[in-house]
Amino acid sequence: MIEIRNIYKSFEQKAVLKNISKVFNKGETNLIIGRSGSGKTVLLKAIVGLHEVDKGQILYDGRDFTSMSQKLRKKLRQEMGMVFQGGALFDSLTVEENVRFPLDMFSELTTAEKQKQVDFCLERVNISNANQLYPSEISGGMQKRVAIARAIVLNPKYLFCDEPNSGLDPETSMVIDELIHSITVDLQITTIINTHDMNSVMEIGDNILFISEGEMCWEGNRKEILHAENQKLQEFVFANKQYQRIRDDKIEENK
Amino acid sequence: MNILNQTGKYFALLLKVFSKPEKHSLYVRQTFNEIDNLGVKSFGIVAVISIFMGGITTLQVAYNLTNPLLPTYLIGLGNRDTLILEFSSTILALIMAGKIGSNITSEIGSMKVTEQIDSLEIMGVNSASYLILPKIIAVVMMFPLLYIFSVFFGLIGGMIVGPAVGAVTVTDYLNGVQYLFNPYYVTYSLIKCLVFGFLIASISAFFGYTVEGGAFDVGSASTRAVVNTNIMILIWDLILTQLLL
Repeated sequence: MIEIRNIYKSFEQKAVLKNISKVFNKGETNLIIGRSGSGKTVLLKAIVGLHEVDKGQILYDGRDFTSMSQKLRKKLRQEMGMVFQGGALFDSLTVEENVRFPLDMFSELTTAEKQKQVDFCLERVNISNANQLYPSEISGGMQKRVAIARAIVLNPKYLFCDEPNSGLDPETSMVIDELIHSITVDLQITTIINTHDMNSVMEIGDNILFISEGEMCWEGNRKEILHAENQKLQEFVFANKQYQRIRDDKIEENK
Repeated sequence: MNILNQTGKYFALLLKVFSKPEKHSLYVRQTFNEIDNLGVKSFGIVAVISIFMGGITTLQVAYNLTNPLLPTYLIGLGNRDTLILEFSSTILALIMAGKIGSNITSEIGSMKVTEQIDSLEIMGVNSASYLILPKIIAVVMMFPLLYIFSVFFGLIGGMIVGPAVGAVTVTDYLNGVQYLFNPYYVTYSLIKCLVFGFLIASISAFFGYTVEGGAFDVGSASTRAVVNTNIMILIWDLILTQLLL
């Protein structure tokens, strides 16, 4: 479980995050949603420590990340996996080497054991016959899947995904969503996903935080989101005509 | 103020670079990769540059030796000392700042803008140390070897061009190369090479590691890295020459 308490963050006098608090549960896909520029990525990067918060606390199963020494943070980070927007695979390494990298760096496993774990993770994300290819030789969807495999190779307790569907077609997006959701449930990890993709919200949104202009506006789950009263949330959700139709149909049914 | 700010950031980065590595075996493997990539793959271009440098220096020394009383073996001596003292260390460093330096800046800069460095940090890896330390060690180790290699090919260049244009015979040239040889000149230049190697790798890495933005910014950072490295090489050349000679 990850808990954030009263988070504030600003860049050169510009307040980007204002008093955000939230509990992200274990075994659930926790979503941070909002328009582009609303502060989602800054919040996610603050949670993982890539941005230092100005004020507030971030607790990983009760361990205060904000007041932790760099040494302890480094240790805690070995319990984290992150999938970046562009995949962030290492260009100079093959698919297999990318996935093996965290094992080489932090585990004391034998070469055979490492290979077994790499094969297991690649199989888990449905990658086959691409082990020796370089990231530039595989598609965007495959890069995202390899990034997920690399993120879970050390059996993390916490998984973070920054816009995992950006640049992918709807079908591949669904595959990625389902993959992240099943990994979260199967491995019982705390997953936080940053997205503005409403399809993801409706498919895997167990626990949703909506932020607008750096402020926390609404929280709930995918069943509640279509009926939420919040004006800013409605503007965000119903900007997509498909969801407008779903809402209108429901209103008609109720009449 | 900006220079002070940048200098402060440079030293802060160096502190991070020289901290304890997570896993020595991976760093050693990475260092050997960098030795191959930055050092061994530079031998070809160094050979070509040095042959021409030696040949041209030989021609220029011959052109200036108009007095018939001066022995022609001085052409070999002139070429040798020019190469050993300055050309194969400083001029080569300026050229290598372009080749190796821009390579380092663009590689690390591209990793920065595509979040690969963030990815290392999230894993708990000291990205500065993992990416930069092997490059510094590789360049500092290889630069003295490239220097010796450059002197050798520079002398060969002179030995080809001098006799070819009729300025000096091979025997006279070789006599000049061996005449009044002062081994301290080599020691002085090897010390310069260690310093230049460190400057090339560390300054270029700094500009790559601190880049913000996209591909355009990586290109600008590469240019800034080469210009700043060249200036620092010239300043340190002056300082070391005053101190060591």
